[in-house]
Amino acid sequence: MSNPSYRELAINGLWKNNPALVQLLGLCPLLGVSNSTVNALGLGLATALVLVCSNIGVSLVRGVTSTAVRLPAFVMIIAALTTCIELLMQAYTYELYQVLGIFIPLITTNCVILGRADGFAARHTPLVAAFDGLMMGLGFALVLVVLGGLRELFGTGALFANMHLLFGPVADNWQITVFSDYKGFLLAILPPGAFIVLGLLIALKNRIDQRIAERAKALQPEAPAQSRRVRVTGVIE
Amino acid sequence: MILPELSRSMLKNSLVLGLFAVATVGGVTLLQQLTAERIHASERAAQLRALNEILPHGSYDNQLLDSSIEVHDPLIGTRQPLAAYIARKDGKPSAVILQAIAPDGYSGAIRLLVGIRADGQIAGVRVVDHHETPGLGDKIELAKSPWIQSFEGKSLSDPDEAGWAVKKDRGTFDQFAGATITPRAVVAAVHRALQYFDAHKAELLGAEGHPAAPGELLEDASEPAAVTTHSRAGDAATRDDLKADEPMHEGGDAR
Repeated sequence: MSNPSYRELAINGLWKNNPALVQLLGLCPLLGVSNSTVNALGLGLATALVLVCSNIGVSLVRGVTSTAVRLPAFVMIIAALTTCIELLMQAYTYELYQVLGIFIPLITTNCVILGRADGFAARHTPLVAAFDGLMMGLGFALVLVVLGGLRELFGTGALFANMHLLFGPVADNWQITVFSDYKGFLLAILPPGAFIVLGLLIALKNRIDQRIAERAKALQPEAPAQSRRVRVTGVIE
Repeated sequence: MILPELSRSMLKNSLVLGLFAVATVGGVTLLQQLTAERIHASERAAQLRALNEILPHGSYDNQLLDSSIEVHDPLIGTRQPLAAYIARKDGKPSAVILQAIAPDGYSGAIRLLVGIRADGQIAGVRVVDHHETPGLGDKIELAKSPWIQSFEGKSLSDPDEAGWAVKKDRGTFDQFAGATITPRAVVAAVHRALQYFDAHKAELLGAEGHPAAPGELLEDASEPAAVTTHSRAGDAATRDDLKADEPMHEGGDAR
């Protein structure tokens, strides 16, 4: 398979083939910890890190593993990396580790990671695979943070509470109270809020895509060469 | 021949898988060794912060973490010895911080610190470790909700026996929306800790603890075995019990 360009990989991971908004993979942690920005950012970064490392690892051993033992070998790599991240978080961000709890080991079961390992990293060189992992991871983390931020904002009326869990004492004053005297909107914090806000985000993304497509169509008669480029349909590699 | 070919590929595959297992386990073990000390220190620092939250600076003048006795009783949720910290002011015992385990949390045991003043009133309760659902049951943490403060000032007689339950069970303590099991477990565990304190008051407050005299604090701190013994976790205990049983002298408790 020919190597896709870095630009293509970035667009794919962050937008066109976004793991959370388009592929809808890894929803369990996505919905579980997106109740505040700090939780979302912590798990998003951890997932992205595991994704980058696992893509590199899988890409490095792609010649060694035969089809029969491919998946168990990949799972072993991913599980080991996740355990390493868990240990590191326990050592350096102990309180955040306590908050995220079971969702850190659950990174292992995040389908985005195995999906990228098997579907992409196993067929590309380490550098390309690492970049793909980074972009997919960032795409996932970005959606997670936006979701966490929105839920925190609607649920509590504030943003960036408890950021010191991740960044230490520097972040003690990062909390922004957007609505003072806000009673809180529990639905946004509870699990249904996660589904609703994620649904709205997906709808927003589709609407934006539609707009882009419409504009491209309107331009078509004048600039056919340009429009052909825009109309590449998403291929899941 | 298909068979030798098949067995050769099987051999190769299992070798590859075995190598993977060795390599990944080796990597994890190495990192575990490297981070063990740091993790231990983080856990201890977190526990010390929790102790100092329950009994504010000034309410005691001894080294809390060095003044512990071992207690174990089904009432505090464990048959394994757990350290109970005895706070003294001007040489007199002023409060006890018990470690209590609520075994019936929504996702396993919830570990608590329950501070009880000498007069039987609760000085404060904090959750040390839990695996409750993020966003629902984790409101037992002070960082998430002030709920845990509702225990402060309560005692065995206030509220009465029936009042020591969540409102859903006709008690006096709030439950959270979406989580009843968690607060129910915590309320019951705190209640049991109070009952334990009531039954063993003389023993707890009369205990000298370790070390006996304030002058010996530093010397004793260098001998962990003299303060508490390390007990392996048993049936009711989780892996976290191990760290809780260990004496915690280094750093932190300088006041």
